[in-house]
Amino acid sequence: MPDLQAALRVRNLRKTYKDVVAVDGIDLEILSGECFGLLGPNGAGKTTTIEICEGLTEADSGEVEVLGLRWSSDASALRQKLGIQLQETQLAEKLTVFETLRLFRSFFRQGPGAEEAMGMVQLEEKRDARVGALSGGQKQRLALACALVGDPDLLFLDEPTTGLDPQARRQLWELIEEFKAAGRTILLTTHYMDEAERLCDRVAIMDHGKIIAHGTPRELIASIGVEHVVEFAAGNAAVDLAGVRGMAGVRDVRNENGSILLQVTELHKAVPGLLDELGRQGIPLTELRTHSATLEDVFVHLTGRHLRDE
Amino acid sequence: MSRRNFTDHALVQLTLMRMREFIREPEALFWSMIFPLALAAGLGIAFRNRPPEVLKIAAVTPRLAEALRQEKLLDVTQLPPELAEQFVRTGKVALVAEPAADGSVSYRYDDTNPEGRQARMLADQAIQRASGRQDPVAGSDRIMREPGSRYIDFLIPGLIGMGIMGNSIWGLGFSIVDARRKKLMKRIVATPMPRPYYLLSFLLWRMILLPVEVGVPLGFGVWVFGVPLRGSFAGLAGACVLASLAFSAGGLLLASRVRTIEAASGLMNMTMVPMWILSGVFFSSQRFPDLVQPVIKALPLTAVIDALRANMLQGAGLAQMAQQAAVLVAWLVVCFGLALRLFRWR
Repeated sequence: MPDLQAALRVRNLRKTYKDVVAVDGIDLEILSGECFGLLGPNGAGKTTTIEICEGLTEADSGEVEVLGLRWSSDASALRQKLGIQLQETQLAEKLTVFETLRLFRSFFRQGPGAEEAMGMVQLEEKRDARVGALSGGQKQRLALACALVGDPDLLFLDEPTTGLDPQARRQLWELIEEFKAAGRTILLTTHYMDEAERLCDRVAIMDHGKIIAHGTPRELIASIGVEHVVEFAAGNAAVDLAGVRGMAGVRDVRNENGSILLQVTELHKAVPGLLDELGRQGIPLTELRTHSATLEDVFVHLTGRHLRDE
Repeated sequence: MSRRNFTDHALVQLTLMRMREFIREPEALFWSMIFPLALAAGLGIAFRNRPPEVLKIAAVTPRLAEALRQEKLLDVTQLPPELAEQFVRTGKVALVAEPAADGSVSYRYDDTNPEGRQARMLADQAIQRASGRQDPVAGSDRIMREPGSRYIDFLIPGLIGMGIMGNSIWGLGFSIVDARRKKLMKRIVATPMPRPYYLLSFLLWRMILLPVEVGVPLGFGVWVFGVPLRGSFAGLAGACVLASLAFSAGGLLLASRVRTIEAASGLMNMTMVPMWILSGVFFSSQRFPDLVQPVIKALPLTAVIDALRANMLQGAGLAQMAQQAAVLVAWLVVCFGLALRLFRWR
């Protein structure tokens, strides 16, 4: 077990762009050796927060302490210790994978060589391929390798899997899990609840520049007091929701895009109860789905919106 | 503990990136190397020195035709009056000479056409001489056709100056704006790389490329057209290095804040097009009114072209190029200073 020192401490952080409050007084503490996730919809202030921690954006007010150092006084020492992956960086297209890694390696005093970093993200067979010819997942893995060449004590990953196909995402998750297993400290932002659930030891949910909940994924899911979600559709028939709401173990009922969502505590009682109730109302069931509660449900519970609201 | 050698240095790696980005972009290679050569070749051929032009004229009597043929610059045809009339009207001949009733000669030509006026002068001279005129003052000719005073000699230094300006401003401006737009600059700034290295790598790359971008048009001019190199190599090299640095600083300044290629192109064109016109690349800037001459002299492109022409064509020494050098240094200092203050690193 790594020592439980804070790798990153943020207090009362604020940042305003013109008339938009991007970050509205947040506190964070990330322990050494953990993978911490900032989860929230687009525009929640995740990127602004992480870029302030990375020393790329200046906060209006608040305190940021990274690895016990501060940007105002120890910037150059800090840069040597951090591995950073930005959202949407396009690396030089005309350079090869190996050349790109050598370039980034040359900026750091110590760390793995370009060959070694290539191995860490499984890009050896693309060694001499131009960056412009890589797939989205390969580019993202290269960006990850660029963050690793300085042998960082703290790794910042901003939306590492956004825009990738499912297979590339899983591959990237496996890599990040390897870094976790190697005891690296990671702060990642994401708007994928499955990513946060799978990778993060602890999660802070952000919305409108504020942290609205934090804890382990398990704690957060438990906190909303529902374990399962039952979703059903009944064609065009009008369901008497009051009857459904009155069933045992149902915490909440919502109507969403023609489907009805029930948050329930006990699935084995709720599903038969629902079928009985619909039978009593004489309503034909066209769809029925259940899933265990996720961070997505936590977000919906807290804000009434989905993480990926269109 | 890693063993590090020269090529592991950040500045070397950054400069290598510039080089790779350049040589792996065939279009950049074309526009900065091949295009100026094609231009020089085209203009050199278009403005090559032709033998003096022979003018076609017509005469309506054998006596007149005989007298006119004494002038070598006239190609005389004897024609019947109606046909001669038609030829001069349609421009097939520049002038028709015909005898008048009183024994004099009359010339029919278009006096708004320079060829017509020239034919009139030559024809009249030939007629007068054939009739026994003696010139009271004798004249002799010294023909100027030797290297150093031809159009191509004037043009090559202009093209070299233009090339240095274009390559420096486009090269730096585009790379910087592109890196900023793709957030590559922000990503690099997030590493411990010392920021001056980033800018320095551009200058280093410019210096590496300079001998090629100057050498190609210069070598072409010397080899194909025999353009003279009368001044010192130090003066030539110094002018080119100073110009490259000054224009690089200009490119840096133009790209210091913009985020889009479109905005950068606009700014660069706005800067370069007036200099292409005013600074005497293709024709002497002396042709502009005296009022604007001080402005023209203060332009960096004028300075480098004047310095190159003085060096190559007149063999001017370093002291005679001091004024141009001062102009270039001033641009370098002002642009670089401003660019460092304004530069947006993300």
